[in-house]
Amino acid sequence: MLDLEVRENLRLHQNYCLLKLTGKEQLPEMRPGQFVQVRVDNSAKTFLRRPISINFVNRRDNELWLLIQLVGEGTRKLATSKPGDIINVLLPLGNGFTMPAANDNRRFLLIGGGVGTAPLLYLGACLKAINVQPQFLLGARSKGDLLQLDLFRQYGDVYVTTEDGSLGEKGYVTDHSVLKEKHFDQICTCGPKPMMLSVARYAAAKQIACEVSLENRMACGIGACLCCVEKTRDDHHVCVCTDGPVFNINELSWLV
Amino acid sequence: MASLEVKIGNLLLKNPVTTASGTFGYGIEYMDFMDISRLGGIIVKGTTIQPREGNPYPRMAETPAGMLNAVGLQNKGAAYFAEHIYPNIKDIDTNMIVNVSGSSVETYVECAETIDALEKIPAIELNISCPNVKQGGMAFGVTCSGAAEVVRAVRKVYGKTLIVKLSPNVTDITEIARAVEAEGADAVSMINTMLGMAVDVEKRKPILSTVTGGLSGPCVKPVAVRMVWQTSKAVKIPIIGLGGISNWQDAVEFMLAGASAIQIGTYNFIDPTVSLKVIDGINEYCDRYGFKSVTELTGALEVGA
Repeated sequence: MLDLEVRENLRLHQNYCLLKLTGKEQLPEMRPGQFVQVRVDNSAKTFLRRPISINFVNRRDNELWLLIQLVGEGTRKLATSKPGDIINVLLPLGNGFTMPAANDNRRFLLIGGGVGTAPLLYLGACLKAINVQPQFLLGARSKGDLLQLDLFRQYGDVYVTTEDGSLGEKGYVTDHSVLKEKHFDQICTCGPKPMMLSVARYAAAKQIACEVSLENRMACGIGACLCCVEKTRDDHHVCVCTDGPVFNINELSWLV
Repeated sequence: MASLEVKIGNLLLKNPVTTASGTFGYGIEYMDFMDISRLGGIIVKGTTIQPREGNPYPRMAETPAGMLNAVGLQNKGAAYFAEHIYPNIKDIDTNMIVNVSGSSVETYVECAETIDALEKIPAIELNISCPNVKQGGMAFGVTCSGAAEVVRAVRKVYGKTLIVKLSPNVTDITEIARAVEAEGADAVSMINTMLGMAVDVEKRKPILSTVTGGLSGPCVKPVAVRMVWQTSKAVKIPIIGLGGISNWQDAVEFMLAGASAIQIGTYNFIDPTVSLKVIDGINEYCDRYGFKSVTELTGALEVGA
């Protein structure tokens, strides 16, 4: 549990803000796909912490980035944070994406939808850092909902879909032509569950290994309350917070 | 410095602060955040004789100053607990208390017997108040005869400290408390969650897969304090108070109303270290008012002029 200081709060779009947090001491090791539980103070209706995925860790500046979609009272309250404000976070939580060995030449495709693109930035950066070449397929409703594209492009090729066709190819991520034209060996995906389900079906049909990152409704974030469960292939409940949030699709009941 | 020790039946707690079942895992989950051996006790996750997968997702809804849950006693069963979890927690230097649940009198008894065999578990908390299971659970806790029946049966086989966790979803909780006291319960803990419900207006559907669930958090505290106060007038056995405690003031409030000890539940999710802050706060409160023992707080409420 750490008290972190808001260094910057950037409103990237009407419905998204990017909080850059820093600590007095060196931030702990964080792996791509892990998340933090953010406390929201002084908000009349919110009570629980908000689970937010790690968008990026800037080691040089000792910064943790959280990309926050303004969906309810808690996230709206967080979006009002000002530089200098202190935010209490539990971190890092959960297990991240499976990292390959350095110089792995398998082709990684990172597929994100909406705010689900957030953890893929840090994943892409970490892959590139070990000389593994990621490519990104990012989708959203409309142009304005696609964030940080310039940052993604620093780490690999970026393919884009929007539902209204305002940027990239029109349609869902699974409609993008790159999926027909190119071959991939590993998919890592995060986004709305219906999107991840179609990505998982695509991956299964093509026999591509696939990891999904879930964001189930959560209370404690540390495996104590058993609220955020997901069904496994063998019909057991596991906690998304401690057994995930990243799962190999074969562990889950989705495609059974 | 005041003595913080309290006794619940034959059970000695180093201080009155314990953590509520279902909110603190098996204690291990919180070791990264705090020294859990400082607690007076830890009531571990509800345990049943057979493994239970619990209710389907979604199981949780945030509500103003609280939350609804419908976990439904997910656990791996008493045998698994004894074999795989107990060895990891038995040497933690606090009272590790197991919350025992069942779907019939027989399964409560069987589960209590399994836990009784574990030397370092000095007490059980009998859960006759879980609102999230179809059979057993709260069904036993809402009538005097049901509560009496299960406590009588468990008391026959269980010789260590027997705490009975009461449901607030009743007309008169003091009658249930009297009934379990008469059957030999050493203490009551109160209150379990209040039956509640939340609706997603956009989808026009209930948020919980089970439609209804158990409400907890600061929003239930005034009801819990009232029930502890009423029950303290009705029974002689100690009361362990819980329901929405989020700081030391809340804990003292419960004790003044008649509780001998307290449990912290939902607030562990917001601040994993809250229980330690409550211990320190109670200690300072006692010193400030010159109480030599924390036991002096129990029922020290001054009503009237």
